[in-house]
Amino acid sequence: MIDDFIINALLAGVALAMVAGPLGCVVVWRRMAYFGDTLAHSALLGVALAVSAQLMPILGVVFIGVVLAALLFWLEQRRELSADTILGILSHSALALGLIVFSIIQARVPGIDLMAYLFGDILAVNQTEIVWMYIGTIFILSVFAWLWRALISISVNEDMARTDGVNVSMVRFVFMLLLAMVIAAAIKVVGILLVTALLIIPAASARAFSSTPVQMVLLSGMMAVAAVVLGLGASFYQDLPAGPAIVVAAALGFFLTRITSARF
Amino acid sequence: MNSDTGNEVLISAENLGYTIRGHQVLDAVSLKLHGGETVTLIGPNGAGKTSLVRILLGLKKATLGEIYRKPEIKIGYVPQKLHIDPVLPLRVRDFLLTAGRFDNQQLVVVLEEVQMAHLLTSPVQRLSGGEFQRVLLARALLNRPDVLVLDEPAQGIDIIGQQALYRTIKHVRDRHGCGVLMVSHDLHLVMASTDRVICLNTHICCTGHPDDVSAHPEYLKIFGQAMEGLAPYSHHHDHTHDAHGNVIPLAGDSEPGQHEAGSNDR
Repeated sequence: MIDDFIINALLAGVALAMVAGPLGCVVVWRRMAYFGDTLAHSALLGVALAVSAQLMPILGVVFIGVVLAALLFWLEQRRELSADTILGILSHSALALGLIVFSIIQARVPGIDLMAYLFGDILAVNQTEIVWMYIGTIFILSVFAWLWRALISISVNEDMARTDGVNVSMVRFVFMLLLAMVIAAAIKVVGILLVTALLIIPAASARAFSSTPVQMVLLSGMMAVAAVVLGLGASFYQDLPAGPAIVVAAALGFFLTRITSARF
Repeated sequence: MNSDTGNEVLISAENLGYTIRGHQVLDAVSLKLHGGETVTLIGPNGAGKTSLVRILLGLKKATLGEIYRKPEIKIGYVPQKLHIDPVLPLRVRDFLLTAGRFDNQQLVVVLEEVQMAHLLTSPVQRLSGGEFQRVLLARALLNRPDVLVLDEPAQGIDIIGQQALYRTIKHVRDRHGCGVLMVSHDLHLVMASTDRVICLNTHICCTGHPDDVSAHPEYLKIFGQAMEGLAPYSHHHDHTHDAHGNVIPLAGDSEPGQHEAGSNDR
């Protein structure tokens, strides 16, 4: 007997995996893992602001993502500090600020649960949210396909892409928006602290078995879906926390691919 | 300089200056590139060659001066030291397709021009330095460029391979009739395949036909030690690249002796 809530959780998780896997490849190609992490950590602040303004949380997350990208761009101009140092500062100050704002609104908004945002609450998704997630998935994948060649081109070399006529800043900005949307959706599933794992682990696992970018993106999507299904299964049958179980399933998959690819 | 001989100007720069954090990288640089012409920028490390190229391409803004690019100009660019991270699975075919939509036949045609058609499905990370530079050249040709801009196209290739590559570049230019702007730090290798040399060391020291430049006092002052032997020059260059020590006295005392351009240094 399988309950509705586990079916809902599966549907939501699969919707997320189908975007996290492919977008994660670009994150890995462009060495944006730390940027993704920063975006995820700052998402709590976005959620808290959106809730206090009585808006949809996703708007807050995307808004904070844009602010963050602008801050990063501005701070990188001076070139005294490397990007990873700046991201480390932004990431943790945004998370700390998010925790403070959250604690303030917690007193005013009853029933809002910090743990659900930090570690995900996939078993609580409802059908309206699932419908929105699938609409979002279709939208994100369409934009991703539209930008596809430009994304590979800027992953290879931005100067060369620019002389070919690619609007590099636009592509980077749109990709950042897509990433913020994926992270907003992923908060429900694996939580703010584990979002980056769902972006980079399936992509890293897919690399060993791919010889073209398209193969890697498809395989990464499949690996992410498999991690969601296995993680939720383990969570359901062994009563494990769902988000962490999904991430551990992805990580086990990664080590398994390392071992099998080392044989060849 | 020779006035236009019917060949239209593809790119020109007037009095460019570029300063970064108080350090003068380029000073009063003017140049013109015409269709069908090969111009080689030569100069020691740190002379501002790559900065100049990036400004001409519009990748960087000059601090001073004017740039003209022919409207709708198509540029095939080969950047310096392109490294493709192994985490990106990319065959030569996929790499070429980052330049636009092309069918297999078109890809094979450009690869044949650089003698690399057999590598169509090889991973780019497995190519040798020489093979990769040729594939870069093929990619630059895909969009039928008006001008090829090649920043140190022969780096990381042995001498024999370098000569072969320069022959290929010349051959490609003759076939396509495009202009070529090349960066090099070794005049002797590019002499045979270049029409005009611009010797750059923050400012333009001298310019002209390769034979004239190689005998020019300004050129000899910068590349003097390298001229002494027949042995590979690159090591010597590394030690004479300290531009400031050389340039500042030079700019003062030998100005009147210059022929051709360079006339715009103060």
